[in-house]
Amino acid sequence: MRLELLLPIILPLFAGALSLALWRSLWLQRALAVVMTLAMTLAGAWLLHSVSGEGYLVTDMGGWEAPFGITLVADIMAAIMVLMTGVMGLIVTVYSLGSIPEGHERFGYYPLMHLLLAGVAGAFLTGDIFNLFVWFEVLLLASFALMTLGGERAQMEGAIKYVTLNLFASAIFLSAVGITYGMLGTLNMADIAQKVGQLEPEDTGMITVVAMMYMVAFGIKAAAFPLFFWLPASYHTPPVAVSALFAALLTKVGVYALFRFFTLIFDQDVSYTHGIMLWAGALGMLAGVLGAAAQFEFRRILAFHSVSQIGYMIVALALMSPLAILGGIFYIVHHMIVKSALFLVSGVTYRLMGSHELKDLGGFYKHRPGLAVLFLIQALALAGIPPLFGFFAKFAVIRAGIEAGEFVVAGVGLLVGLLTLYSMIKIWAEVFWKKVPDHVTDTDRLTGVVADSSIWLLYLPLILMAIATVALGLFGQPFYTLVEAGAHQLLNPEGYIEAVLGRGE
Amino acid sequence: MKSNTLILQTAAIYITPLQLLFSVFLLLRGHDEPGGGFIAGLMASSAFVLYMFSYGVTATRNLFKIVPVDMLALGLILGMISGLPAMFLGQPFLQAQWWDIPLLGDATLKLSTPLIFDIGVYLAVIGTTLMIVVALMESETDHPSGNGD
Repeated sequence: MRLELLLPIILPLFAGALSLALWRSLWLQRALAVVMTLAMTLAGAWLLHSVSGEGYLVTDMGGWEAPFGITLVADIMAAIMVLMTGVMGLIVTVYSLGSIPEGHERFGYYPLMHLLLAGVAGAFLTGDIFNLFVWFEVLLLASFALMTLGGERAQMEGAIKYVTLNLFASAIFLSAVGITYGMLGTLNMADIAQKVGQLEPEDTGMITVVAMMYMVAFGIKAAAFPLFFWLPASYHTPPVAVSALFAALLTKVGVYALFRFFTLIFDQDVSYTHGIMLWAGALGMLAGVLGAAAQFEFRRILAFHSVSQIGYMIVALALMSPLAILGGIFYIVHHMIVKSALFLVSGVTYRLMGSHELKDLGGFYKHRPGLAVLFLIQALALAGIPPLFGFFAKFAVIRAGIEAGEFVVAGVGLLVGLLTLYSMIKIWAEVFWKKVPDHVTDTDRLTGVVADSSIWLLYLPLILMAIATVALGLFGQPFYTLVEAGAHQLLNPEGYIEAVLGRGE
Repeated sequence: MKSNTLILQTAAIYITPLQLLFSVFLLLRGHDEPGGGFIAGLMASSAFVLYMFSYGVTATRNLFKIVPVDMLALGLILGMISGLPAMFLGQPFLQAQWWDIPLLGDATLKLSTPLIFDIGVYLAVIGTTLMIVVALMESETDHPSGNGD
């Protein structure tokens, strides 16, 4: 029984229930949210520390042993994801304190956020495919509610697309789980991986079909090409803190599930399944970045870029070499920090000028140079400029592509980096460099004539994330070593299977 | 919204307590036999919904001493707490603990953490259902449309 394996899941669950009990006191709910996300971050760090020291951590829930009960498993990648979930939860909570309207808070913003974090942490840690489905549903339910909180017309429109496509994905996922169980008689991931490996050659046809079903289901949730339409249609509608949390976590759960399934279970027909992912990833990079080029709304540009960045992660998985997987994990962490930071910047500009349209924004470099620097660090990291963290993520993926002889995909990766820079420069020129547009008359907040006492709550997370992006780039060696070990674990699934099924023998 | 049917109102007085009793029976019968917290919670909330249809939202609110959202919170917390005793005994989270308490004669009272969990589910289901139904009923009262009451 390892406490650190359990804490990241039960802390937010407890916090959610407690916040419901504290329904009437917003102050207690806020304090609880900060304390609990901080505790979750610490629990994640503890988990990562244990995992990096001892390898896999495994616990059977309720004492029902694997492969029959639900098993929680943590390897290095899962632990990194859990730690990042806690960090993002904490960052967004602090930002929410200063930015979420009280009406949202009264309708259960904090309980829903705790539920979302619990779902995400559960999905990262579970070693059972049906349990993974349940955690997916938990986090989706919470995200549906968070997305529609406030009930504006645009939110409803975005939410309908989001809900429909995600429910569709869940249905495919559930069918795939059913077929898997029918074929192999087990739901435990390690057990499935073992049994798939022992199948007779004539029985493996169905495995590829199931693998494709999982790929489509997780592909929709990860917003991979060509199943990404829901993301740009919905991410710009809720309050910015919610968008940032979604951008950091939701798609990553899909990506994580792809990484888990297609390294642990479906690694027989790599040329077929991973070949599809390679091209889906490459086209996703292009589609996202080109979509972003056509947008002139701050948050929509960022949403389209998410699609393009997810493409890099999928390509990393498809290449399946140690360097590529390492790059993939780097990329996930990098994207969590950078994309949510950029969303949070758009929240600050909205607060100061009341618009998300690039044409209505301007003058930030003159009046808010600090914010300009915070934006520039993340924007350059997103485009992959050294020595920021994003450079190393991109470098690893593209280098792995070249080593694997996939020159077209590597070339696409480089080109997309350049186009990303174009989009970021577009935002920079419009929002920061340009003068305040003539038609904007209300500039009192921007120039600081009207004091804004709680804006430091918005700046604090941004400063921390900028430090993270720079520090992980400049002093990234320990992290590199850690992720290298994580990639090694993913590419050698025997260790995972042995850790789950080989105990007590 | 409140129905003015005498038959429904008279019946509700008798059926509501019976249904609540039956829901407790289902709750305690669960675990080894069909029943359990979820279905018992639905049964209990349907009792309250029946009462609400006959006597209106306000009367039903006066019926319980706590608001639905508190019931939901209490249920969730109970459900979580039921997993903790195992942890203090060094066993995995949620591992069932059983305590047999001998009563008069041959009877024993079987208490367990799954029962606490079931009670938590029971309360959470009642709380959730009533929250939804109350919200729907009140939105109907706020915006009378068509033939209302």
